[in-house]
Amino acid sequence: MSNFTRQVMVCGGTGCIASESDVIIDRFREGLASLGLEGEVQVLKTGCFGFCGQGPIVKIHPDNVFYVKVTPADVSEIIQEHLIKGRRIERLLFTDPKTQIRLEKHEKMEFYQKQYRIALRNCGFINPEDIEEYIAFNGYEALGIVLSEKTPQEVVQIVKDSGLRGRGGGGFSTGLKWELAAKSPGNEKYIICNADEGDPGAFMDRSILEGDPHSVLEAMAIGGYAMGANHGMIYIRAEYPLAIERLNIAMKQAREMGFIGKDIFGSGFDFDIEIKLGAGAFVCGEETALIHSMEGQRGEPTKKPPFPAEQGYKGKPTSVNNVETLANICPIILKGPEWFGSIGTATSKGTKVFALAGKVNNVGLVEVPMGTTLREIIFEIGGGIPDGKAFKAVQTGGPSGGVITQADLDTPIDYESLKSIGSMMGSGGMIVMDEDDDMVEIAKFYLDFTQDESCGKCTPCRIGTKRMFEILERLTNLEGDPEDLEKLQDLGRMIKDSALCGLGQTAPNPVLSTMKYFPEEYEAYARREKKTTYAIDSEKCIGCTACVRVCPVNCITGSVKEPHVIDETVCIACGACYDVCRFDAVVKP
Amino acid sequence: MAIKSLEELKKIREASKKKVDLREKGESTEGMTEILIGMATCGIAAGARETMKALYEAIDEAGLDNVRIIQVGCMGYCHSEPTVQVSQPSKAPVLYGKVDEQIAREIITKHILKDEFIDDHLLNKTFVKA
Ligand SMILES: Cc1cc2nc3c(=O)[nH]c(=O)nc-3n(C[C@H](O)[C@H](O)[C@H](O)COP(=O)(O)O)c2cc1C
Ligand code: SF4
Ligand code: SF4
Repeated sequence: MSNFTRQVMVCGGTGCIASESDVIIDRFREGLASLGLEGEVQVLKTGCFGFCGQGPIVKIHPDNVFYVKVTPADVSEIIQEHLIKGRRIERLLFTDPKTQIRLEKHEKMEFYQKQYRIALRNCGFINPEDIEEYIAFNGYEALGIVLSEKTPQEVVQIVKDSGLRGRGGGGFSTGLKWELAAKSPGNEKYIICNADEGDPGAFMDRSILEGDPHSVLEAMAIGGYAMGANHGMIYIRAEYPLAIERLNIAMKQAREMGFIGKDIFGSGFDFDIEIKLGAGAFVCGEETALIHSMEGQRGEPTKKPPFPAEQGYKGKPTSVNNVETLANICPIILKGPEWFGSIGTATSKGTKVFALAGKVNNVGLVEVPMGTTLREIIFEIGGGIPDGKAFKAVQTGGPSGGVITQADLDTPIDYESLKSIGSMMGSGGMIVMDEDDDMVEIAKFYLDFTQDESCGKCTPCRIGTKRMFEILERLTNLEGDPEDLEKLQDLGRMIKDSALCGLGQTAPNPVLSTMKYFPEEYEAYARREKKTTYAIDSEKCIGCTACVRVCPVNCITGSVKEPHVIDETVCIACGACYDVCRFDAVVKP
Repeated sequence: MAIKSLEELKKIREASKKKVDLREKGESTEGMTEILIGMATCGIAAGARETMKALYEAIDEAGLDNVRIIQVGCMGYCHSEPTVQVSQPSKAPVLYGKVDEQIAREIITKHILKDEFIDDHLLNKTFVKA
């Protein structure tokens, strides 16, 4: 064992390195060595604290003191005062902007509270294949309380009072949905967990099922009790084999311990759960199509009403709830609806999980209270845009949503605010785009997806989305005309108004919103201007051939040690050569 | 065994708490060290299985019998998968990211055996749990 008694952790995130954290590390090492303390205090470079706005950050371990905005000039003071004399340096502590109190422990900082995990509370902390670990974190206590102390009506009321709304996209009140199903006549009812997760950019449902499957099973049993359903079903895509395996293991363990099955907690309530596999069609995530698919029919939507809560699976009252929605239920029961209602905005309570992806440093899952701004998510939690590039837009709501630009970055996000700025919450995919991204190509990507996933039942969606896609192809191939832009707008509006289900009704959104915020990019294509090709500066090129090897369309030629050239008629402006050239020889358009 | 009352559930919870106290509070009655490895689809795609194998091998080679490996789900740090958390008695849990086979071995040979952190791979937890 070494003799280190303390550790100095210096943030090595991109943002902090940019503000000299490397120099800070060197100063610490030199300073400690000159005092002969290098064997006692270890200096380490750590991953991003996700607090880049306050960087560079230095944390002293195990004292757990957190210094912000440290400069190389502060290092000797930290060594002398903190490490040798044990006195905190007040000046470098973070000051809470609201209370003006200096905080030394970062758990207390508001930033640290930016990510608050309710649905993901156990993910990454418990062994999902060991029911005892789930129980250790109060697992199945909510079910026990509900079955031994509450009436079904009380459970419905708790969920209604909490303000929980569906996380699968629609944002309908979960308590109200349960109440509708409870009030529908009949004694054969179903609760279905929608684990189809069709948005190509979202994977929070998979993470929850893989990391904490019991939380979903427990919530289904609670929902079943609340609405009088003895049957639970999980509709999950066959492409999620690990989630299916973990669910099966969890169900077996829950059955053995009597949390599902007959006479649960000695209450007389019976509830069982089965898994139904889907083939992974986007439209099958829509609740009526999902129900048809489970019944063995074609996965096509039907009109609502009747709503599934009235006539669902096999014509019986059915509640379809999303995975993340269900993952919120047990904490609501255990901590009370007031607690849940205290988090979030006036209309949207609790937290939302987002799958942050694209041009952002910290790609991953984040769970934030409703009302957090996009700027906080992208720049603070997400650590900003890589390679010092500029932010351009972010797509929320996946193929059903739209882009949000710089102007709306400070909007506190909830169901209503996202709609008012032309996008939507959707299932929580969040794709960040930087200055290099071509918005017409982005819209084309999403439309390619929806036109392919359209079930074909109704004409506006089946043919309309295809025509829109063709127009976009024409434009990007530089074969379009200015009239095409009008056609896109008209078609988009018509499809939105006349398609049968949510897929068609939202499919034009990515096109319409990019047209609204980036009209100049569409206009350039309509004028058949190729706006982007790369070129090589023959003065700077040393002929290393690195670019030739990365070009996906093989449009770069040249012999070794001779300047290379790009064939502009073939170049697709992917930027791969620009990124790989170490001699600054590739010039951007 | 079927559980028929809240009382019975609470008994099992008390008994199970031992399993997770180390991870949560750095307390352990058994003097065990615990290594959590994120084994969700994202972690596995990033090589978590190989990482886990390397951890087991390194533990064997070092002849350690007080280290337990536990597979968990994903913590959401896709940018730094595979992720590994080391919890030792009476110490704050330490989180590592981008743990390939090499770093996995270093976690055993440096962190556990020599009490040295592995520079450049430390991750910071950036959330609070409900
Ligand atoms: C095209 C389309 C795809 C959908 N895909 C999903 C999905 O993958 N997962 C999901 O939970 N809800 C999806 N929905 C929403 C469901 O129809 C339904 O509203 C939701 O499952 C209800 O659960 P919630 O109230 O908990 O959100 C989709 C809707 C449409 C129109
Ligand atoms: S809108 Fe599209 S996906 Fe929905 S029913 Fe019509 S054709 Fe099918
Ligand atoms: S990578 Fe840069 S230096 Fe190398 S051949 Fe291409 S343009 Fe020239």
